[in-house]
Amino acid sequence: MLLLDLFLTFAKMGAMTFGGGYAMLPILQREVVEKKKWATEDQLADYYAVGQCTPGIIAVNTATFVGASQAGIPGGIVATLGVVFPSILIILAIAAFLSGFMHLEAVAHAFNGVRAGVVALILVSIIKLFKGAVKDWPTRIIYTLVLALAAAGNFVTLPAATSAGVAAVWNLATSPVFLVILSGVIGLVIRMAKGGLKS
Amino acid sequence: MRIYLQLFFEFCRVGLFSVGGGLATIPFLTDLGNRTGWFTSGQLADMIAISESTPGPMGVNMATYVGFTSGGMLGGVISTLGLIFPSIVVILIIAQFLQKFRQSKVVDGIFYGLRAASVALITAAMLQVARIALLCPAQGPESAFTSYPNWPPIALAVAVFVCVKYTPLKKVHPIFFIIASAVVGVAFSF
Repeated sequence: MLLLDLFLTFAKMGAMTFGGGYAMLPILQREVVEKKKWATEDQLADYYAVGQCTPGIIAVNTATFVGASQAGIPGGIVATLGVVFPSILIILAIAAFLSGFMHLEAVAHAFNGVRAGVVALILVSIIKLFKGAVKDWPTRIIYTLVLALAAAGNFVTLPAATSAGVAAVWNLATSPVFLVILSGVIGLVIRMAKGGLKS
Repeated sequence: MRIYLQLFFEFCRVGLFSVGGGLATIPFLTDLGNRTGWFTSGQLADMIAISESTPGPMGVNMATYVGFTSGGMLGGVISTLGLIFPSIVVILIIAQFLQKFRQSKVVDGIFYGLRAASVALITAAMLQVARIALLCPAQGPESAFTSYPNWPPIALAVAVFVCVKYTPLKKVHPIFFIIASAVVGVAFSF
């Protein structure tokens, strides 16, 4: 039964991946290419590359691709449900367990330490991502502008007297969805201006 | 019922606009917490730590955890389904013309700008977590400018950063640093 096989194989991979989608590639290669032969090495590289630059989680996108290639739309859905299934079980168990202990002083101290460590870990990841994405003047300007607007949105509280119109513009200009769409458009316009769209 | 619909819709948004892995979901989740008051930036930092130290893609873990915090068990399941819904739709469409998509100059141009914005948004989200983790709570009206540095967590953050960035320990899985940070937090009563 191919659908069941897709679900179980992707559930197994979901349970074996720690961290982000990048950690999943070696496991995908072993399970999908070598064991199940659902894709060649090249196909998997394609799925993975497209999965990185399409909306959503890379691991989820890759699962949908592989599932769809084997069993059409039902295959894509089943493989994707498989990859998230272990997360749902494990996180719900941990969250339900931890919520009973959050009021303990030792747990509060532990999480205060963890928060500091997490800031450092995220910063290291940001530096890696920055090197890949911000390489020239236009991307440097986009980075600075988006960072300034998003940080202002997070840190600045508008005075209560602000008129509704100004507040609406402010909320839009600092919302991540708006900034993502705007940057995509700016990127496209810059590439067009450089005449890079004709292949 | 309303909370579940709202969770599904909110996580569809997260899934649709966060491009490039689990970290990219964080700015949208800070935004969600700010707008709805379902969780604080401090709680979000805890959820990031747990999501990084448990099996499963980090973005999916975050969705389940945030959903649970906001709407219980069913909230966790519905948020995760919301997160993956746009992916499934978009990928099933792209799968029809994969090669064209890969070679499209238009797609390439859009992502040229979008990737820089994504990194900037993650940086802004990190700053918000840093403010909770590394500054003492402000007296009076809450503002970044009225709080002051909390040195022990700052020292810990710098130590973890230096270890992960500049020493052979960078090969060690992040879960090790998260556990070590928890131990330091308990030992020194952060």
